[in-house]
Amino acid sequence: MQRGLFFDIQVPLPAFRLAVRAEVSPGVTAVVGPSGSGKTTLLRALAGLTVPADGIIQLNGRVLFSAKEGIHLPPERRRVGYVPQQYALFPRLRVIDNVMYGLKARGVPRRERRRRAMAMLERMGIAHLADRRPAQLSGGEAQRVALARALVVEPDVLLLDEPLSALDPETRRQLRSFLRTVLADAGCPVVCVTHDREDVATLADAVLVLKQGRVVAAGSPKDVMEKA
Amino acid sequence: MRRLSWGWMPAIQWGFGLVLVLFLAIPVVSLFFSVTPRKFFAAFAEPIVQDALWLSLRTSCIAILLVVLFGTPLAHRLATGASFPGRSALEALLQVPWVTPPAVAGLALLMAFGHNGLVGRHLADWGISLPFSTAAVVVAQAFEGSAFFVQTARQAFSGVDRGLAEVSRTLGAGPWRTWLGLEIPMALPGLLTGAAMAWSRALGEFGATMLFAGNLQGVTQTMPLAIYTVLEQDVGAAVSLAIVLMVFGFGLLWALSRLRQRAVGPG
Repeated sequence: MQRGLFFDIQVPLPAFRLAVRAEVSPGVTAVVGPSGSGKTTLLRALAGLTVPADGIIQLNGRVLFSAKEGIHLPPERRRVGYVPQQYALFPRLRVIDNVMYGLKARGVPRRERRRRAMAMLERMGIAHLADRRPAQLSGGEAQRVALARALVVEPDVLLLDEPLSALDPETRRQLRSFLRTVLADAGCPVVCVTHDREDVATLADAVLVLKQGRVVAAGSPKDVMEKA
Repeated sequence: MRRLSWGWMPAIQWGFGLVLVLFLAIPVVSLFFSVTPRKFFAAFAEPIVQDALWLSLRTSCIAILLVVLFGTPLAHRLATGASFPGRSALEALLQVPWVTPPAVAGLALLMAFGHNGLVGRHLADWGISLPFSTAAVVVAQAFEGSAFFVQTARQAFSGVDRGLAEVSRTLGAGPWRTWLGLEIPMALPGLLTGAAMAWSRALGEFGATMLFAGNLQGVTQTMPLAIYTVLEQDVGAAVSLAIVLMVFGFGLLWALSRLRQRAVGPG
């Protein structure tokens, strides 16, 4: 087991204990379940923003977290792309500077930074927004910028928290098919938290169903959604 | 469209309010009327006035630098760090300068850093003597100003969305880089507000300085102390100093409100 993401973690939450074990292979894995089932906590634990009480997280053979060995890699050393529900774009920075932020933190030289950020914006179809501020973006545009910012640093795994939930139905439909293309050639496994069955049908290669912090079903979208 | 009538109420409320407005305005205006421009400028030729201005400027700037240097990290910890036992006691302690009269603060400083004080005793062994020195003025001002800064700075850091700092971390920026490059710039308007409030408090410090640092011209006699000292012989000089302090205070207020407008505006 070298490529891909493997985790087996336990996180105590106020109402229950999140205890999830899964292997995420390349492609898009949707994590679904009712709200409050621990989906976001799982994502935060994978990103290194929440420390599990016990367990292990491995990414491409690297140990990100191991309770037994006392390893807890901080978020900046995990090589994960994380897009929270509200996108969390840096409000003072222009779109291009938002996208260059991670490259700058990784010490990529200035010209190279700009070149790669512009290329990524073009791939997302939003090169014309480079000089805008986040406050001047629509929801769909902000989502694309957040994706560009997360992908430009070439993460080993992309973590999306309800990527489409903040959008109106029309934009959501458009962005869903866009997301499908982007995620298909993201070049890394994707874990996507959602509660939308349509997202699962369109985007996912595999599904993990959480309930009260436990995996109650896993498999291909077809199998899992038929049973549910 | 006619507005809903409130009868006599607005007029009566304004009437009461006006009493308070005049109560505040009359002393301010009176200051400016108690000195001729010629006398005002002549006052700044007097050594006692010059010494006080220069001393106040120096000491308050150093005090603010120290408060910002030691207060900013603490404010960030309190705003974003995990809770810990004794947290509320610490927070109460940080408000001590707010609730203690300056004279009490001065006395407390004397008991701590005076020649026979808890710490001062040991400082004396090293040949360091704080009381009645310029350093003591800085200590008194920093003591009085710190609460204003830490409280405001903490609110400023609390106002920065945690999600932004978290995304910054996942993008490869470590905790220091995230703090210095993202959180501090975002909290900057609040940090500056806190520093300005602490600064004006430090400049106005009287009681603690008087007790802990004394009233020696050129050494510990800051502007408020000089006002008190020259009042009997030279009202003109006292008023001139008072006008400088008041104009400075209003200037800070004005700069702060400008700053806040810019912070909420685009950009």
